[in-house]
Amino acid sequence: MSHLVILIPIALGLGALGLAAFIWSLRNGQYDDLDGAAQRILEDD
Amino acid sequence: MTCCSSSSVPNQQALKQRLDHERLLAASHDMGDGLLQTDLLVPAMHCATCIRTIETGLGQIKGVDNARANLSTRRVSVRWRPDAGGDADFISALSGLGFEASLYDHANIATEADDTGRKLLVCLAVAGFAAANIMLLSVSVWAGADAETQRLFQLISGLIAVPASVFAGQPFYRSAWAALSNRRLNMDVPISLAVLLALGVSVYEALYGHHETWFEASVSLLFFLLIGRYLDHMMRERARSAILQLSRLMPAGASRLDAAGQASYTPLAELQPGDTILVAAGERVPVDARVASGLSDIDRSLVNGESAAVQAAPGLDVEAGVLNLTGPLTLEVLRPAEQSFVANVISLMEAASQANSRHVRIADRTAALYAPVVHIVSAASFIGWMVWTGGDWYTSLNVAIAVLIITCPCALALAVPIAQVVAANRLFRSGVMVKDGAALEQLAEADTVVFDKTGTLTLGEPRIAAVLGGTDQEHAIASVLGRLSTHPAARAAAAAHPGTPGVLVSDVEELAGLGLEAVWKGRKVRLGRRSWVAEIARSDSKAAPESSASSEVCFAIAGGGIVSFQLSDTLRADAATVVRDLRAKGMTLEILSGDAAGPVDAVAAQLGIEKAFSSLKPADKTDRVEGLRAQGRRVLYVGDGLNDAPALAAANVSMAPASGSDIGRASAGLVFTGKGLSAIPVAIEVARATSRTVRQNFGLALGYNAIAVPLAVLGYATPLIAALAMSSSSILVVANSLRLNLVARHKAISPAGASLAEHPASEDAEPSVGKSDKAPSKPRLEAVK
Repeated sequence: MSHLVILIPIALGLGALGLAAFIWSLRNGQYDDLDGAAQRILEDD
Repeated sequence: MTCCSSSSVPNQQALKQRLDHERLLAASHDMGDGLLQTDLLVPAMHCATCIRTIETGLGQIKGVDNARANLSTRRVSVRWRPDAGGDADFISALSGLGFEASLYDHANIATEADDTGRKLLVCLAVAGFAAANIMLLSVSVWAGADAETQRLFQLISGLIAVPASVFAGQPFYRSAWAALSNRRLNMDVPISLAVLLALGVSVYEALYGHHETWFEASVSLLFFLLIGRYLDHMMRERARSAILQLSRLMPAGASRLDAAGQASYTPLAELQPGDTILVAAGERVPVDARVASGLSDIDRSLVNGESAAVQAAPGLDVEAGVLNLTGPLTLEVLRPAEQSFVANVISLMEAASQANSRHVRIADRTAALYAPVVHIVSAASFIGWMVWTGGDWYTSLNVAIAVLIITCPCALALAVPIAQVVAANRLFRSGVMVKDGAALEQLAEADTVVFDKTGTLTLGEPRIAAVLGGTDQEHAIASVLGRLSTHPAARAAAAAHPGTPGVLVSDVEELAGLGLEAVWKGRKVRLGRRSWVAEIARSDSKAAPESSASSEVCFAIAGGGIVSFQLSDTLRADAATVVRDLRAKGMTLEILSGDAAGPVDAVAAQLGIEKAFSSLKPADKTDRVEGLRAQGRRVLYVGDGLNDAPALAAANVSMAPASGSDIGRASAGLVFTGKGLSAIPVAIEVARATSRTVRQNFGLALGYNAIAVPLAVLGYATPLIAALAMSSSSILVVANSLRLNLVARHKAISPAGASLAEHPASEDAEPSVGKSDKAPSKPRLEAVK
């Protein structure tokens, strides 16, 4: 039981972190041009 | 395209530059800090090299802060400082790089659609996060955790589920509320009810009860439904932006001359009757106007379907949307923009599409049947259990909620959008853009195809149909002259003679509205309008030959006889095959055209279509289409012009070629690219397959309900059964819909996909890309694709 008290918050925290990162990247416009992102990787600047 | 009258060049060019700059400023928006952002539409950009070329090319212009290309929307945003004194002519800079570009005016296009997609995606992410975590906790509950752990897990699940479903369920709650306040029922009503009720009971259960909770059911229900909702949205958004890429927006303004003869760029809305405007060759007339001075030819084919160019001289009234072909015109504005021909067409169109909104989409039809059943069954089991258990409202409520959750149309809500999204993607790859699912549903049921002629069945470009008189020599000279012009009739005459052995002409001059004049072996030769050519021809040949319905272009050598090239519009190469194919599918065919009877009947005879109506005005076309619908026919209208727009809106479903008018494309349910018509039978085939798949999906979903509902009503349903039924039926429905990718695969469609992604910057444009880029053996990225 006691290990659950630590593990569950960690699991949820990591999940929430992922969710927050996704929402941030979405708001940041990183999903606005998926086709472009796929092509840009081919260019070396 | 540009006008070739090169006299008074510096003045004209300075004027044009100033006007272009004013237009640019009008379309830009202020980012603050002296920075302006201008968005440009670059339809032909399609690969990594394009992005790089455009971004570096524009970045080098003085005053440009940065340029960012978006490949998905084919747009480029340029941020620049107007006070830096740079030459901010982005459109010509881009055309120097080999890309055709136009200004993208935010005022004309609602950007709201983008936001809904983003909101749906956030909801989807939240629901997915919550569903995954709760499911993990639930699995250990189902696996038989001890009572204390079970209670803890239920509480944690509740802590995740309540905020998650309140947030992620918003699209459904809103739509359900909107339906209820209109006293209707849609699919979202039972969804919202099930989610909220299950949530409420589960919260009570987790805090005070000792039964199982439904947290994972309500959240994963939302997750699955949001997937369907998002896919549906993506399909429409993709078609919308693809269609936008094609549009060369109607001129948003015009060059107005003030009293002192100074031209300035004026937005369309500010043009008043009596104003004088300038329209250069190659531009469209922005409002209804009368020619004040100048001589030119105008192309009315998009406006009224007339295939032959008409001469424009002072006094002639021209409609908004007419293309000015050969010479600059000064026009007097007759009506303000909102009363122009285009505006009339739009209001006709709106009226027609209102009549068309009677179509109820299959999902809503099912919901109208299904939602009451869900509520009645659920209410009945509540009452039944109340009676049977003698008033144990707690157990009864639990059973009622189980029924709601189990019957909740999870697979049902995916059944339609998944099938339609897969079909739309399948068609997209073939160069057909589907605006919404309703168009696919209607297309599957269509039994009558009505064609417009000019630009739809035909290419809208004249070709020589017959040559009257003349020697080989004369044909050769006419052919040489024809090659020197941009006028469509003259270009057609260029085909009069295959080769031009040793024909030399000099002093070529193009006279707007008349034709071409040149000197051949010391004699004057003319190619153009009959009356003008006849001036130099032998007098006895002046009598016109039998009046032919098609248009003509004439040629004569001074003192010689008149040679007449009879022109007619040519059929699209695959028109005959497509007509045969459509007949084989059981379609009735008809032609409605604004063109004269002669050319229309010729086309009808060639294709073997009995019913052909000519010289129709936009309202006549709508009447005919509505007449057909009144007879109980389901009409597919295929047309491209402005004059077709109301009929496109009035028909059950409509298709427009990508080459047509903006308004035509906007009012059509499906838009096809490519030179051929073969997209039509393929689209019909896919649409019919889609409607079959949708029905199969409904069958699958209902089959699950037939098994699960009795269990739920009898009180045997557990959250585990609900979760299993929900996921497996959803997966089955998705898998079944993916089969649509295989429909009509064997059928090759004319190079449609290619025309969406063709490379404009052919080899000749490359050297201008920038000195550093000149490595000759640079591998082309397209080759890798």
